[in-house]
Amino acid sequence: MRTHVVTSDTSIPMKPIKILTSNTVILPSTDIDTDQIIPARFLTTTTREGLGKHLFSEWRYLKDGSDNPDFALNAPAAKGSEILVAGNNFGCGSSREHAPWALLDFGIKAVISTEIADIFRSNSLKNGLLPIVVGPSVHDWLLDNPGASISIDVETSKITLPNNEQCTYPIDSFARHCLLEGIDQLGFLQNHITDIEKFEEKRSWKP
Amino acid sequence: MSNTKRRTLYEKVWSDHLVVDESRDTPAILYIDLHLIHEVTTPQAFSVLRSLELPVRRPDLTLGTLDHSTPTLPVRTFKDLQIAGNDAANQVRKMQQNCQEFGVELHDFDSIHRGIVHVIGPELGATQPGKTIVCGDSHTSTHGAFGALAFGIGTTEVGHVLATQCLLQRKARTFAVEISGQLAHGVTAKDVVLAIIGKIGVDGGTGHVIEFCGDTIRSMGMESRMTVCNMSIEAGARAGMIAPDTTTFEYLKGRDNAPQGAAWKRAVNRWQALASDTDAAYDKTVSLSASDLAPMVTFGTNPGMVVPIDADVPHHDGSTSYKKALDYMQLESGKPLSQSPVDVVFVGSCTNSRLTDLQEAANILEGRKVADGVRMLVVPGSQQIKNDAEALGLHKIFTAAGAEWRESGCSMCLGMNGDTVGQGQLSVSTSNRNFEGRQGVGARTVLASPMTAAASAIEGRVADPRRYL
Repeated sequence: MRTHVVTSDTSIPMKPIKILTSNTVILPSTDIDTDQIIPARFLTTTTREGLGKHLFSEWRYLKDGSDNPDFALNAPAAKGSEILVAGNNFGCGSSREHAPWALLDFGIKAVISTEIADIFRSNSLKNGLLPIVVGPSVHDWLLDNPGASISIDVETSKITLPNNEQCTYPIDSFARHCLLEGIDQLGFLQNHITDIEKFEEKRSWKP
Repeated sequence: MSNTKRRTLYEKVWSDHLVVDESRDTPAILYIDLHLIHEVTTPQAFSVLRSLELPVRRPDLTLGTLDHSTPTLPVRTFKDLQIAGNDAANQVRKMQQNCQEFGVELHDFDSIHRGIVHVIGPELGATQPGKTIVCGDSHTSTHGAFGALAFGIGTTEVGHVLATQCLLQRKARTFAVEISGQLAHGVTAKDVVLAIIGKIGVDGGTGHVIEFCGDTIRSMGMESRMTVCNMSIEAGARAGMIAPDTTTFEYLKGRDNAPQGAAWKRAVNRWQALASDTDAAYDKTVSLSASDLAPMVTFGTNPGMVVPIDADVPHHDGSTSYKKALDYMQLESGKPLSQSPVDVVFVGSCTNSRLTDLQEAANILEGRKVADGVRMLVVPGSQQIKNDAEALGLHKIFTAAGAEWRESGCSMCLGMNGDTVGQGQLSVSTSNRNFEGRQGVGARTVLASPMTAAASAIEGRVADPRRYL
């Protein structure tokens, strides 16, 4: 399938991701929305960089601006963790791509849940953040075992747990290909510019 | 798939815009007819275009406005713009520069049509049945009220559309939500959609495009239909749609960007064929009886945590998330919400800032006063609506009652433009999200209709509007 995806000189390359191995950090709350991931007041930026310090701002910091010791991402054991395991329906709410930008800038490279909201999933895939949906039994195990070291293999779409048990997760084959090759999808679209021109020309009505 | 397959509204609009169909290995290339842009989710996309030396492919299909980080106090100078903070001011200026540089029409501070992106598209007649419409904002689902396929996208995708007028998309599953029965007095589209989200859950529509149908929807005006489709995303749906009918056509006729003359007749003929075929199959179906609905209010920290206004805060299985939500809201199971003192009332947002919304709130407030200690903000969805409301004298009703009457914008819906709800304050809001901190750090939000918001402003507590009708 790789033959019909042609990288373009004009695309912005993403770093390819093949395998991600890390200990997990757990946020068991369900329906964690994009306003929690990155509150709107931090969206006045005009760049993609530097949003990690605002990630989960309301939960992560106390009123005086110091770290909230009760927040999972502040625990010493969570330091360097690249895989976030969250409750059902992670990333619901707004279309702000600042949410995956903030997670990536903080150092999170994958989010695992039983359900991930559509727009957040789409935005994540375009930035190399892995949105992984697992069944309830694996999810329960992960929630019960914070800090477990697990592996996500993008090529085989498999998660390996510490006891070497494996489970597969669903991912769109095109999205997987783009992750593995580090392909920005704008280049793919630009390679179809003749098709787009033809469509504009032949359609029966014009917008 | 056989050629005789009966198709839904969504499937018709989808297949009409396929530049390249999807395959197992690649998503479809979907053509976009209207790209709405605003200051918050576009600067990084324009930066990509600039670095790749790409033009905006179809500036004629791109329309810009200032709404999200824009103050709702009058802006005449850069200093006025800084009301919302320096970063917000810079973002607005960046939008003005980007639109000028790339030749995109922007409804700037001097435009009568400046306003919330999901208000001005329909108001201009740019939103039309059968179109594909996208915007870097999840409430783009609003435009589905016209039978358009409209959905929110991220900034990377904004860049894709600016550069190619296309998006890579997988076809969604279909979900019919049928609503039947006549609404009781004091019950509105907002209450209907809150009840739907309560029923199907905040993830009930994930992976689906909802089609709202049934006689309750048919008897709604366009502004009510927009309120319903606006909150599709709050059920997790990719988009919400309503088949166009004479109500749709009447609304659009004569608007600036609507087809005129012979083109209008051709367009209406085309639009009439968009409705789902009889017996078209949906992946999922839910029905709701609207005749026994009461005004609805949220009690938790997502729009699915909703009850009739006269009900107590419900008991639950005791999950941590539920408990966390009630703790945040400072509410207790088994107690009526109507006892909670209110600090702020907000009438506005892309959900409820259109003329009928303002009229509904004004009808209740007329000759009455906002309770002592309550701050009420009324923010029209566009400058045009502001003018229309002022022509009807609505602003005088609001200001005489003690409410603030503002310029158009997203305002208190998302606390990034200078309008915020204070720490710990309880707000009754006609907006769409009661997430923690959505309206300001520590703000507690109760989502409600404009009528419920107005009644709550008078009583200084969450109040049933039916006693004022």
